[in-house]
Amino acid sequence: MLGLAADRLRADMNRLLAFLFHQGILDEQFLQLQQLQDESSPNFVSEVVNIYFHESEKLLRNLRSLLMDREFLDYRKMGNHLNQFMGSSSSIGAKRVRNVCVAFRAASEHNNRAGCLTALELLEHEYCFLKNKLHELFQIQQQRVLATGVRYPM
Amino acid sequence: MAAESQFHVLAVDDSLIDRKLIERLLKTSSCQVTTVDSGSKALEFLGLYEADTTNPNTASTFPNNHQEVEVNLVITDYCMPGMTGYDLLKKIKESSSLKNIPVVIMSSENVPSRISRCLEEGAEEFFLKPVRLSDLNKLRPHMLKTKIKDQNKKQGKQEEKASFQSPKEQEQEEEHQQQLLQQKQQQQQSSNNKRKAIEEGLSPERTRLRYNGITTVV
Repeated sequence: MLGLAADRLRADMNRLLAFLFHQGILDEQFLQLQQLQDESSPNFVSEVVNIYFHESEKLLRNLRSLLMDREFLDYRKMGNHLNQFMGSSSSIGAKRVRNVCVAFRAASEHNNRAGCLTALELLEHEYCFLKNKLHELFQIQQQRVLATGVRYPM
Repeated sequence: MAAESQFHVLAVDDSLIDRKLIERLLKTSSCQVTTVDSGSKALEFLGLYEADTTNPNTASTFPNNHQEVEVNLVITDYCMPGMTGYDLLKKIKESSSLKNIPVVIMSSENVPSRISRCLEEGAEEFFLKPVRLSDLNKLRPHMLKTKIKDQNKKQGKQEEKASFQSPKEQEQEEEHQQQLLQQKQQQQQSSNNKRKAIEEGLSPERTRLRYNGITTVV
């Protein structure tokens, strides 16, 4: 019975991953992260991803508060936050989030406030979607661990 | 017979995620790793201190002769607040005590002029982020070079009287071999530069190699 549950969970995981790759939400860098997880570093992926969540939410808050300033919009600071967000997204393979950052940065380089607002909303949406999906992925993996005791390879 | 000790790499990056990543990559490649989040901390770790921090124009660095930790390679991000990776590279290459440490630059942006600037300043490699395990395989020959040099220096002192080849000749031979190795790597780099996108007009042959203070134009 345990074997069947493990098989089903693995299928669920693969299906979710395939979806995420197919939709361009994740790219091969995420696979690289998974490959770096092993017995000496069994929680590597979730550790890195949790740092990413923490940093991203801080960046999103900063971006929103910059855009809320009606008098002076600090485009340079926005650019810095976006560079950081782009870098970390690229490092974990969050392709779609990174691409929205690129568009956002272009808008800020053109001092386009309206464009920036639109980009920020899109960014928040993409980030939320990614976070939900990754949580789903980690949940399945947790269940797999409980079912089989195997945390790696993924 | 002395056991081959691990290579020790100093990784510099202001991004926590990237520090975690490079640390994991390096450990997977059997390297000892120290990570720091800034160029100035890197210099501190290497034993190089800024003498005058109030006036950056006249700041001079002096070596701390008690460099306890041996570092076989420095890998640094390019874009960092304060001291950039390029600034760090320059400082290392300008230091008599540190200039032989190979330096590798990483950047998330593919800017050919930036890449050639770094290579000309003496960086051994330029990696585009995100860095892969396959990139790190290129580091081994650079780190091996420093080990050979250190071993030779020690050997030279021990075998001063006994050897048929004087230590100076031994060192010169080693230098020659390493220059050949460098040239070979240069050729390999030019045929395998998928990750290091250099624009067509700029050929690797025009990169100046710097070795032991002697500038060689290949």
